[in-house]
Amino acid sequence: MTEEIVFEQQFPVKGGDFSHAGQVSCKIKNLLLELGMGTEIVLRAAIVSYEAEMNVIMFAWQGNLELSVTPHRIRIVVNDSGPGIEDIDLAMKEGYSTATPEMRELGFGAGMGLPNIKKNADEFRIISEAGRGTRLEMTILTDGQRL
Amino acid sequence: MTLREILTSLGGELLTPGMNLDIECSKLFASDLMSDVLAFMEPGSVLMTGLVNSHVVRTSYLVNAKAIIIVQGKRPDVKVVDEARENKLPIISTGFSMFEACSRISQSFPEVKR
Repeated sequence: MTEEIVFEQQFPVKGGDFSHAGQVSCKIKNLLLELGMGTEIVLRAAIVSYEAEMNVIMFAWQGNLELSVTPHRIRIVVNDSGPGIEDIDLAMKEGYSTATPEMRELGFGAGMGLPNIKKNADEFRIISEAGRGTRLEMTILTDGQRL
Repeated sequence: MTLREILTSLGGELLTPGMNLDIECSKLFASDLMSDVLAFMEPGSVLMTGLVNSHVVRTSYLVNAKAIIIVQGKRPDVKVVDEARENKLPIISTGFSMFEACSRISQSFPEVKR
């Protein structure tokens, strides 16, 4: 069943653009609060969005984050062009990371991103092709809580 | 424990003047890893860190931190402080190390959850 989309917006995310990292997710948080979502739901969506945004900035060349809100769910889909993930099972392990020392100096790249997305999203799917890119699909159920 | 009491206990400086310091703070999380903040910090905590970049402010905003304490006497750039102010996040700077700052808060306010 396809639900009516009450809000939809796309946000470009540029790989390597550390100075703007997190701004898209801050916008998403503000939008969801404006839509009347509850604090706990918004917190989970903000964490999922931020982890996914950071992944594009740290590892991909460019990406696109798509936010859509229906009466019962928040959906965040991130597509990137980048090196992709060769071993998704390994990437899902807490603490596993291919981050550079520069990323770690900024406080990121501890290998918690994908596991943290899984923890905060109700549905999470990764599709990745080495050398091409990665698609993350994340859904947070809102139990009709909106507007 | 209020933010004002934390400020006094750490001999700190409020880098965002005019912000309300009488907010109740019952949880503290100390880390330089924003990844850990995103994964493990309880919402409504005060974040103590040695990092001074804009990611600290954005991460704190996204996970509903109540305030930021910066250790080792470091001071973020004006634009980082401005971003904190826009997001209504108080920033306190203290000359203590993270260990010393945690130790002082722990001794002065044993009820604080960490």
